[in-house]
Amino acid sequence: MNSIIKIEDLHFSYDSDGGKEVHDEVLKGIDLTIEEGEFVAVLGHNGSGKSTLAKHLNAILLPTKGKVTVDGIDTADEGRLFDLRRRAGMVFQNPDNQIVSSIVEEDVAFALENLGVPYEEMRRRVDEALRSVNMYEYRLHSPAQLSGGQKQRVAIAGIIAMQPKCIILDEPTAMLDPSGRKEVMATVKRMNREQGITVVLITHYMDEAAQSGRVVVIDKGRLIMDGKPEKVFAQVDRMKEIGLDVPQVTELAWELNKAGYDISPEIITEDQCVDALLRLIG
Amino acid sequence: MPILETQELTYVYSPGTPFEKTAVDHVNISIEKGEMIGVMGHTGSGKSTLIQHFNGLLRPTSGKVLLDGKDIWEDKTKIRDVRFRVGLVFQYPEYQLFEETVFKDIAFGPRNMGLEEAEIKRRVLETAHDIGLPEELMERSPFDLSGGQKRRVAIAGVMAMEPDVLILDEPTAGLDPAGRDKILGHIKAYHRRTGNTTLIVSHSMEDIASFADRILVMSDSRLFCFDDTVKVFARSEEISAIGLDVPQITRVFDKLKKRGADFGKEVYTVEYAKNLLLKRLSEREVP
Amino acid sequence: MLRDITIGQYFPGNSLIHRLDPRFKIVITVLYIIMLFAGGTYTGLAIGAAYALIAIALSKIKPKMFVKSIKPIMPFLLITALINLLLVSSGEILWQWKFLKITDAGINISVFMIIRIVLLIAGTSLLTYTTSPITLTDAIERLLSPLKKLKFPVHELAMMMSIALRFIPTLIEETDKIMSAQKARGAEIDTGSFITRARNLVSILVPLFISSFRRADELATAMECRCYNGGAGRTRLRQLKSAPRDYAALFVTAAFLAGVIIIGRIWS
Repeated sequence: MNSIIKIEDLHFSYDSDGGKEVHDEVLKGIDLTIEEGEFVAVLGHNGSGKSTLAKHLNAILLPTKGKVTVDGIDTADEGRLFDLRRRAGMVFQNPDNQIVSSIVEEDVAFALENLGVPYEEMRRRVDEALRSVNMYEYRLHSPAQLSGGQKQRVAIAGIIAMQPKCIILDEPTAMLDPSGRKEVMATVKRMNREQGITVVLITHYMDEAAQSGRVVVIDKGRLIMDGKPEKVFAQVDRMKEIGLDVPQVTELAWELNKAGYDISPEIITEDQCVDALLRLIG
Repeated sequence: MPILETQELTYVYSPGTPFEKTAVDHVNISIEKGEMIGVMGHTGSGKSTLIQHFNGLLRPTSGKVLLDGKDIWEDKTKIRDVRFRVGLVFQYPEYQLFEETVFKDIAFGPRNMGLEEAEIKRRVLETAHDIGLPEELMERSPFDLSGGQKRRVAIAGVMAMEPDVLILDEPTAGLDPAGRDKILGHIKAYHRRTGNTTLIVSHSMEDIASFADRILVMSDSRLFCFDDTVKVFARSEEISAIGLDVPQITRVFDKLKKRGADFGKEVYTVEYAKNLLLKRLSEREVP
Repeated sequence: MLRDITIGQYFPGNSLIHRLDPRFKIVITVLYIIMLFAGGTYTGLAIGAAYALIAIALSKIKPKMFVKSIKPIMPFLLITALINLLLVSSGEILWQWKFLKITDAGINISVFMIIRIVLLIAGTSLLTYTTSPITLTDAIERLLSPLKKLKFPVHELAMMMSIALRFIPTLIEETDKIMSAQKARGAEIDTGSFITRARNLVSILVPLFISSFRRADELATAMECRCYNGGAGRTRLRQLKSAPRDYAALFVTAAFLAGVIIIGRIWS
């Protein structure tokens, strides 16, 4: 497997007032390597630095110290900025503030128009992208007529149309209702599974992180946990200490385990929990 | 006598146009003083339209809203007084902040009520304390605060009107777990201290389970059910069917029941599930 | 409710007029305006009116909508007509009071002017009724593209226009929400004295400005992330292709214009 994202000793601080006042570091030395095709969830509470980290993967922010490379491109290499952004697309939190056009299909085409893709190919890629997020029948609608979940799927289609290797989603479901969240998660998972696109999902919803292949926990600008979701969530007291939730099933198993019963806390799905409980109560 | 009541409340958007839509359809509910109520419903179910009737922001197309037994639209000129008695906090309320200082922003509602300066000050400081805003923030600009703090300033702005009924539309939307628990905790404490009537709209049944005496569920512009929390959870499969999220732990116990392990109780918190299981396990060990 | 207001005047449809290339539609509308002003006679106006009526019939848009489009400018129209009526001094005097007089030439000019403006509004309304604002923006950008050589920021203007069109519904919804939220805090917006209302307007405008700036900032970042770099080297998904019917429509319009000009010459 190839590493697609390499973050080495990443430090970052916002310096306002023209550099007179140096603020506290938001990121305090992060090392992280992500392989092609992975689905990584980055968990952390508000202000932990997880969104700042995401903005480094797309050169919206550049490291104060350290280095970030995406698909072999150093994000600090200004000459290859568009090349980088084409390979690592970004979806933001507020669905309203990232849709440019009043017509769905034209919004999906926006990046391709900017990149100067010829018409025939653009038409084909836009249609494919819309189909892959199940929004093809809405292609001539105005975004104002869509639900939050549908708008986010349009935003995702706009990225897929660029045929990126990697997609970074910065809290894409924070403003959505439960059904919108499910739509977006299903779309992201399918994209990862079927098209092999590497996914970096920034979130504070543990149920979303539980669906990923790898969870990275950021707290106070440092990477403090990294592993399979069941291993990370099983550390219930540590997660709670930094203000994060764990799935209810994990919490239940952990409580029973703590009370001395033979049940592993490494449980993250309902079915795993039901099986384990049936085994326990016999 | 109920504090808030609706009789055949119906609201139609854009009547007589091609966009005509009945958003609230003959809803009858009755809320007693001091109750803590959870309001659920998917987007477009009519719940937001419904709650905007309670303080007279929307006027029913037909039917009535009664506050303390009196039709709030009986005297149109008094509708502002209804808004002071029924406080409504919108979704993402931090986007309504506009004053130079936190103090002034919280004082906006009380000032509109025409209160004395001393009374305004008392109310602002008291509610700020209730919602967990330290006094040193009072002279800061609300725009310099963190997201969670801004949200709390906005909620305090409505609380400071000391309404008899407080309605909050998704007060925890977009917050992380710690921020969510903090705000819900403050609202619960405020409810306990003042004994007011509180309605909280939420998509999270896990959150609602933690505070509600009764749950009101809207679906397709109609009242789906309005009942004690335990009884609503007993209908978890129907609730899932209308597109709402049932707590994961409730789903686990539904599955256990299907596979022969019936606990005979509605489970909707981890704490309760744990005790139930520990009891069953200890019974088994001592035959 | 603010969100009940229909934005723009576009009525989707599939008539011949709807399907015309928007670039041709703009050029044709300009020719039509020239037609109205080139013909200084009632015959000229009658030809213009006939042209407009045919186009309206072809568009399948209810004539009622055109009456509606004229309504807002009615007061302005009547006042100008009245001024013309009372101040034109040539011709035979029919009625006089101090310096005000009504002459046959005055009546003539007033009536002529009313018909001309009504026709002007009806014709330009047809353009916006049958062309979506975003298509119109696009067509304007392409028609003006030769000006790029003169460093005129054609693309930038069109992009600004289309973003404005995109955000109008969003901002209306937002204004509605903020107004409701402030009303819930007892702000008097549609009641109360003028001063209270003006003061309370601040409570709506400040949050609206702040959120608009936030939106603009986020949108700019999102556009950059999707490789936006100005108009250079851009291709377009929307293809404007002219069909034989576009040339036919242009030819017919030109014929009407020529007719009006020739008749005008013969008369004088």
